[in-house]
Amino acid sequence: MKTVIIKYNAGNVQSVMYALDRIGASYLYTDDEAEIRSADKVIFPGVGEASTTMSYLRNVGLDKVIPSLKQPVFGTCIGMQLMCRFSEENNTECMGIFDVDVKRFPASAGLKVPHMGWNNISDYQSPLTDGVPDNAYLYFVHSYAAPVCEYTVASCDYALPFSAMLHKDNFYAAQFHCEISGNAGQQILENFLKI
Amino acid sequence: MLTKRIIPCLDVKDGRTVKGVNFVNLRDAGDAVELGALYAAQGADELVYLDITATVDGRSTFIDLVRRVAQTINIPFTVGGGISSIADVSALLHAGADKVSINSAAVRNRDLINELSLEFGSQCIVVAIDTRYIETESGHEHIVHTHGGRKATEIRSIPWAKEVEERGAGEILLTSMDTDGTKAGFALELTATISGNANIPVIASGGAGNMEHFYDVFTKGKADAGLAASIFHFREIDIPDLKDYLKNKDLPIRITR
Repeated sequence: MKTVIIKYNAGNVQSVMYALDRIGASYLYTDDEAEIRSADKVIFPGVGEASTTMSYLRNVGLDKVIPSLKQPVFGTCIGMQLMCRFSEENNTECMGIFDVDVKRFPASAGLKVPHMGWNNISDYQSPLTDGVPDNAYLYFVHSYAAPVCEYTVASCDYALPFSAMLHKDNFYAAQFHCEISGNAGQQILENFLKI
Repeated sequence: MLTKRIIPCLDVKDGRTVKGVNFVNLRDAGDAVELGALYAAQGADELVYLDITATVDGRSTFIDLVRRVAQTINIPFTVGGGISSIADVSALLHAGADKVSINSAAVRNRDLINELSLEFGSQCIVVAIDTRYIETESGHEHIVHTHGGRKATEIRSIPWAKEVEERGAGEILLTSMDTDGTKAGFALELTATISGNANIPVIASGGAGNMEHFYDVFTKGKADAGLAASIFHFREIDIPDLKDYLKNKDLPIRITR
């Protein structure tokens, strides 16, 4: 099986590679279109800011490649947000795979932003959460989130309910960081590779 | 619900843990990777590794350690100690650290906080504030200290916490030098003031001696996370027991078993 991690100007990809090493999966880290298209699985991870990552994707043409992929694609954190239609983070037009807008957490309610730490997800119904115990805790670090919508397959609550995971056709996404989310996160990564 | 975090801190010198680690069931209690993995398995929510090595050789040993920790454990970890430049941070994040913690360098050059958060994102920039309540020309004040708490600055801790947030810190690691090592409890009033004013998470450190101290720092102290070292290393408190205790007192806590 060929797994590709998409290379772009986002941070924290090293942790994803180590997580794949731990579960014994090999991978290629590349931005080459032919390599990406020929992969069995594509992971689109990262930590970053929406407008700078999106403009990088546009410059190298990945903004057209990613939505046209046919194999299972898994976007995490900023990867998930860039797969949505629009982000309030510097008013960024994103790839529009999921027709939902990413919004900043409200500063009200006395809650701190970023939403940082372990939070439980609920109502999950995705092949990626097979074997994950109820109300599992995953590690989140983000200031923007997609509201609950028709593509939501797991939700989380911080000030408001938001989408912890999205799914549409061959596109899967998670707001949390599987790679540093303990056994539950590892299970979700393994499940994606097994689809 | 977002949980309160329990964070063991490991002091590392020349790639090995120091400061009274006493785990009989570890093959090598000085192995910082193995100890971190044990804490992760026990349900620690994050780890902090502090490099207390002074030499250049020790530095590269520490980066090698960071890489091995990242390869081994599947929870977030922060690294700190002697970080003073964008290049230092880049090397540590590239090795697999999730966050870096800066203290003296941020005091010396406040713009460094802005530069690091722009370059790497606020989420991975922790500013450590070591504070001590001392007499100043204007009476007793909470004053920021550097160099492992040995050197007083002229900066007042409470406004400094607000300033580091405004400059782009993603989290504050607040250590009270007054309570550190006393096992008499965290500095609740100061922690509550700083965490209550902050719109970023605050990790409280210094003074944990029993489980109730953690309960107090999460309730009265309004802390988002509680950090301790020797009470975990000496097994005076076991992390699973602590988390059960806090959960039974209705705090939001991640139980992993």
